[in-house]
Amino acid sequence: MDTYSILRQLADSWVLLVMFAFFVGVVIWAFRPGSTKTYDQIANIPLKGDDTHPETDDDTRKEQDHD
Amino acid sequence: MEYFKLALLAFIALIAAIGADWGHDLAYRVHALLIVGVSAGLFIWVLRNMEEQSIPAPAPTGYADGVIRAGVIATAFWGVTGFLVGTFIAFQLAFPELNFDWGQPYTNFGRLRPLHTSAVIFAFGGNALIATSFYVVQRTCSARLWGGNTAWFVFWGYQLFIVLAATGYLLGATQSKEYAEPEWYTDIWLTIVWLAYLAVFMGTLFKRRERHIYVANWFYLSFIITVAMLHVINNLSVPVSFWGSKSVQVFAGVQDAMTQWWYGHNAVGFFLTAGFLGMMYYFVPKQANRPIYSYKLSIIHFWALIFLYIWAGPHHLHYTALPDWAATLGMVFSIVLWMPSWGGMINGLMTLQGAWDKLRTDPILRIFVISLGFYGMSTFEGPMMSIRAVNSLSHYTDWTIGHVHSGALGWNGMITFGALYFLTPRLWGRERMHSMSAINWHFWLATIGIVLYASSMWVTGIMEGLMWREVDDQGFLVNSFADTVAAKFPMYVVRGLGGVLYLAGGILMVWNMWMTIRGGARNTAPVGVPAE
Repeated sequence: MDTYSILRQLADSWVLLVMFAFFVGVVIWAFRPGSTKTYDQIANIPLKGDDTHPETDDDTRKEQDHD
Repeated sequence: MEYFKLALLAFIALIAAIGADWGHDLAYRVHALLIVGVSAGLFIWVLRNMEEQSIPAPAPTGYADGVIRAGVIATAFWGVTGFLVGTFIAFQLAFPELNFDWGQPYTNFGRLRPLHTSAVIFAFGGNALIATSFYVVQRTCSARLWGGNTAWFVFWGYQLFIVLAATGYLLGATQSKEYAEPEWYTDIWLTIVWLAYLAVFMGTLFKRRERHIYVANWFYLSFIITVAMLHVINNLSVPVSFWGSKSVQVFAGVQDAMTQWWYGHNAVGFFLTAGFLGMMYYFVPKQANRPIYSYKLSIIHFWALIFLYIWAGPHHLHYTALPDWAATLGMVFSIVLWMPSWGGMINGLMTLQGAWDKLRTDPILRIFVISLGFYGMSTFEGPMMSIRAVNSLSHYTDWTIGHVHSGALGWNGMITFGALYFLTPRLWGRERMHSMSAINWHFWLATIGIVLYASSMWVTGIMEGLMWREVDDQGFLVNSFADTVAAKFPMYVVRGLGGVLYLAGGILMVWNMWMTIRGGARNTAPVGVPAE
């Protein structure tokens, strides 16, 4: 078989299946138990802290105490 | 290391000087002279700074904001330049006399048009993406940019790319691929700059102090990686001579067309969509002071967008030599793409849930909301136009131009304006923008400008499409091409006026930014104090 046909066949069988499975996996992963709490934390990354300088060790320690 | 730099710069200057002498065409010789100037200037600069280098400078702390300030200024500058050229060529179409005889061939529509598209997409949009990505990745990773001055190399290298591309178009160096016009050496230079950009961005992600990578960075990263891939594959070409700008594409015929539109549509998908969604995911929550509506939705629509966009390109090639199955594939994926696109829009808009009242008082938030509105509108229009039957009416007409501009002016332009209004006071340590009412004026000028633009293009596009397919009872075509051109005149004038309004808004923004940066005493310490 020529390259075109091999690639074409591969693309609309296994590759399609792998990509679809990956996507379904992503959706399931997003809804895994406990994800809401994690995602709430991540969603707050832009809103917390000071935008003028990176977190120093003091900031991190304070946050951990807070948790 | 400094001696190595000097030797390299001297070598580049020498080769470029030879190129300026031996070059086969005008564009190549002008570019060679430009490179001689740049490398000689850098040579002197490195030489003069060698003394100071021997004193070890304190390791910089804080965020690297200098390069972002430069990027914000460059974005505003190229934006207004691109809008100006766009408005001028809009009037060239309405009044062909504006293709002045004395300016031929450099200032005709055919050469100014790629200058306009590259200026707004790559110079305005590209600088906005680079500057905001540097800002966002530092804030959401709580880490200084990786690689020290590499970020500055990315900034200046990118400006050099823009100048090489823009002057090349005017002087006639083009490979005639839409949105990928620059010739081989400009492409190679952009590849180098882009890999440095990828390194800075990923390096910063690697040294992040946050456990998780915030979703905006996912979008930015997918934009950087995919654009690198698209750019390299679509620009595979063999130069005719090392001493000339002309090159020959490796692909030919329908393969070349398919590669071009795989590139072209993913430039829309990853440059103008994924990258700008990265902006949206940071600046909208910031300006509304609320976390994003649904983080789960952001993950799902990210992966859906990535998986779907890459297949949508063939819808540009309906009714061509491209096999029907491939065109159908492109059409189906384009329609499915509607969903993840609206996922992003909904996620952005719903972030304002419970804070809609802020729209009344905050013109910057209003700009973000209207940009999401235009994003939703054009991502509905796009899938519709990709349907083969609709495409038979819309393709090659002004409807396509209108669609592109409602997306580019409405979504990309507006969200960039919002980001510039957000960043300018913060980066220069001001409390807020100089004039809030000027922002309000900008909002209305830009919005009315887009509405005039898009609606006039809908009318002329559909009219043109219908005129082209009109046949009389004998089966003959009723209209000649020139008939459609004459019929479009009033709409062309309206489109030009829309451009004037949009440009006026842009100039107002530049004035406002200028006053913010210049005017008055600083309210707070500059952001990222000892950074540079």
